[in-house]
Amino acid sequence: MPFNILVLSCLAYVIFLFGVAWAAERRADRGRLGWLQSPLIYTLSLSIYCTAWTFYGAVGYAARSGLEFLTIYLGPTIVFIGWWWVLRKLVRIGRQQRVTSIADLISSRFGKSNLLGVIVTVIAVVAATPYIALQLQSVTLSFSVFASPTDDGFAPPGTEATAVWVACGLALFTILFGTRNLDAKEQHHGIVTAIAVEAVVKLIALIAVGMFVVWGMADGPADMIARISASDVADWKLQPGRWAGLLFAAGAAVICLPRMFQVMVVENADERHLATASWAFPLYLFAMSLFIVPIAVMGLERLPATANPDMFVLTLPLAEGQGALAMLAFLGGFSSATSMVIVESIALATMVSNHIVMPVWLRLRPAKAVSGDVRRLVLLSRRISIGVVLGFGYAYYRMSGGSTALAAIGLIAFVGVAQFLPAMIFGIFWRGATRIGAALGMTVGFVVWAYTLFLPSFGPDAVIPAMVFIEGPFGIEWLRPRALFGVATMDPLLHALFWSMVLNTAAFLTGSLFTFPGPVERMQGAAFVRVFDTTSGSPRGWERGLADPEDLLVMSQRIMGDDDALMFFEAEAKGQGKAGYLPDPTPDFMARLERRLAGSVGAATAHAMMSQLAGRATVTVEDLMAVASESAQIMEYSARLESQQEEVTRTARALREANEKLMQLSIQKDAFLSQISHELRTPMTSIRAFSEILTEGDLPPEMVANYGRIIHDEAKRLTRLLDDLLDLSVLENGTVQLNLGLANLSPMIDRALASASHTKPERSFVIHRDLPMENIFIRTDADRLVQVFINLISNARKYCDATAPELRISVRQRGGRVTVDFADNGSGIPKASQALIFEKFARLTDQTRAGGAGLGLAICREVMANLGGTITYLPGQGGAAFRVAVPLRLERKAD
Amino acid sequence: MTARVLLIEDEPNITEAIRFILSRDGCDVTALADGAGAIAAVQAAKPDLVILDLMLPGVSGLEILAQLRADPATKTLPVMMLTAKGQGRDREAAERAGASHFMTKPFSNDDMRAAVRALTGG
Repeated sequence: MPFNILVLSCLAYVIFLFGVAWAAERRADRGRLGWLQSPLIYTLSLSIYCTAWTFYGAVGYAARSGLEFLTIYLGPTIVFIGWWWVLRKLVRIGRQQRVTSIADLISSRFGKSNLLGVIVTVIAVVAATPYIALQLQSVTLSFSVFASPTDDGFAPPGTEATAVWVACGLALFTILFGTRNLDAKEQHHGIVTAIAVEAVVKLIALIAVGMFVVWGMADGPADMIARISASDVADWKLQPGRWAGLLFAAGAAVICLPRMFQVMVVENADERHLATASWAFPLYLFAMSLFIVPIAVMGLERLPATANPDMFVLTLPLAEGQGALAMLAFLGGFSSATSMVIVESIALATMVSNHIVMPVWLRLRPAKAVSGDVRRLVLLSRRISIGVVLGFGYAYYRMSGGSTALAAIGLIAFVGVAQFLPAMIFGIFWRGATRIGAALGMTVGFVVWAYTLFLPSFGPDAVIPAMVFIEGPFGIEWLRPRALFGVATMDPLLHALFWSMVLNTAAFLTGSLFTFPGPVERMQGAAFVRVFDTTSGSPRGWERGLADPEDLLVMSQRIMGDDDALMFFEAEAKGQGKAGYLPDPTPDFMARLERRLAGSVGAATAHAMMSQLAGRATVTVEDLMAVASESAQIMEYSARLESQQEEVTRTARALREANEKLMQLSIQKDAFLSQISHELRTPMTSIRAFSEILTEGDLPPEMVANYGRIIHDEAKRLTRLLDDLLDLSVLENGTVQLNLGLANLSPMIDRALASASHTKPERSFVIHRDLPMENIFIRTDADRLVQVFINLISNARKYCDATAPELRISVRQRGGRVTVDFADNGSGIPKASQALIFEKFARLTDQTRAGGAGLGLAICREVMANLGGTITYLPGQGGAAFRVAVPLRLERKAD
Repeated sequence: MTARVLLIEDEPNITEAIRFILSRDGCDVTALADGAGAIAAVQAAKPDLVILDLMLPGVSGLEILAQLRADPATKTLPVMMLTAKGQGRDREAAERAGASHFMTKPFSNDDMRAAVRALTGG
């Protein structure tokens, strides 16, 4: 097949995936998750376990080593069927602690230790490098196999060039779709859906090739079985040690691989999906492995002995002249490679940015950590990390010469990530596990792995001199990389697995037994180990009232974005029975906020940032440990008491507030009547006095005219007041007639601005607008909405006390709602008065009788309630700021 | 003798009406729009009568009245309270605080004239 057609097909396929990802992302943005969050998609996304290695390499593996390839499928099957309770615990912890990656999980478990985050990240990146190289290699290999029988002059470019292009293309795709959202808990719906599609493609491709082999080339299953019995594959002998070791490595890998952790825990939307996956995923693996042996046997039988068995899936259909089938197989392999690289690099990039870039940056610029724009930095560092991770993969591919069998490279990675296993499993089941133990264990395991397996994989003399393999370093024979402690007869892979896991676990246990966990560590340990134990209160790290909620809001806006932060704070305040955006800084709230922030920047960083605001900047975890390591048990106990205390206090507060509210309502009713009386009598006084003066007669004509005008003005004032009162009463009763229609927001704002310019016309206001954003059609009562806008703009004109007054009108569309913010640059409304302004007759400045009777904002609030929207005061925006939110389509009158 | 009246009222139109009515009746009316400078103005102008609105921006009329009654120099000074609220409670409060007369808005011009005449001994 001509090379350029091949490239075009790949491009078309990638564009198709892009479309799928984009459509899913759009759906998720509109809040219509639906089937995007189904157990089926979840199970299919788990299939990134089957990379190009399983797609191409498994056949090669079977051709070389018989049924041993099955261990790669059996390991995960055993874990999903037999160890689902471990997975469930991991998923529960991941959701509760808003874990962003496996590094975050381990760092978070051991007292939010950043050291552990760094260790895990480094191991993960190093171990993933050969694995990513493997994908690049298999795609490159399949390209060259496919394009080689060209006879029309389109020779494929060199394989190195192909590999570079593949690496760059994958980096681009990953960056475009993997780093759109910051909060990892917002999940990559687009990517996950695209991966589910790829999972289907690779399964169909492999089964199609298998069925072609069994029914097209052989004469059905019976003939196939006869051919298998006759082939070399049937002579395969089980090696119990290697079999057990590989089962263990594959089982560990399915838990520890950063990309598996990403789809299994981080992208998990519902714990129940795991129940489906626990049988559906093994089923998928079974289907993937069903035709491996037939394809391998048929390849050995039909193809020349020089043919690379790793490419049988491709070369068999090609040799039989089945171009379309070969193309399908090629896309299947391409799918396997791309999905793995995309998720792996997203997972690694999150780890690198959260555990290496952010902590360094936080330490370098501690003063600005809270105020700077963290979001852009995090996203940028993730994008760069993706590039770097893929760059490493490419470099390994070049260095290892691209010649090793695919399966061998994959196993190196498996053993590498298995080093996380002791820290992870002990961490979630044993409260005595400590940070030092975890750090020691993983470091020792990593060093042993690198020395006995990873570095030798570059070949003798590449990193480790050939002499070291024979004589040991410095002539120390028992330190030979392939024969540690004199164990020379073991298979190299098994040797590395055995020694790294034994030494890792030993170091971990020793470290844990000889060190005592600090208080934060103990609390996290309890939270992790007893994640299913709902009766014990979650451990509290924050004391009441240390941080100013407005500061917290400002910081959260920098990290989560304005809208999400405001929404989160509003919901929290509502949960405490408070209106507005500023909840009390209770330990519960602080803990939830920390977890939420951890979803964006990782547990350790979030903890550090919160500490800065809670006045704990100077108290490090180490200090705390020194002070309180003895009293850890007591602290835990008192935390539980405190949580009960908290509950009682909250109920009492709710009751007190309800009572106060009732009393206030009664007082308000009296005050309201008295206010109305006052507001009515005042203009009446002028009218009565002047009309009596006029009837008494003999006045100069200009005085008659003047007094007539006063009577007229006061009568108008009276009418306006009555109109407002009637309007308010109709709005409050919900008997208002709404005039619904489709209208563009932009002309509505134009109208409001023109109308409001009559208020204090002598003030020149600078108005900032974003016209393209305003171009939204809303189905609502346009006149009523304009009435609200006029009120807000007039208020700004009246009360904004800046010398060069400015008003910024910004429009956002999100989901089915449109928000319009009006923010001026004055001194704003004092915190104590913010709750009052929407009440009737709540004029804050009595002196400035700026017209109106103090009913404007009360009417606005009622209008918005009738339009199914809200009007709220936005604290922390510099000046006075109001947010009007309306539904995009108001179908009928809201209650 | 011309009666001097100090009027403390924040609504400019009402001030204008009272000033017109009383001026035509031979009074010398000085007006003040808020309660802040009220005590100083009374001490400086030594009026024969103070007409005081109950609801003033800044200081309330009742507070001003209480201060006037506390000072021996103005203890017996005639003070007429004006209010637009007109509830029984307000009248009682004003009388307890020592108001000489209490008048509700809106008022008839004749009542106003008669009350001022009675309080200034005219």
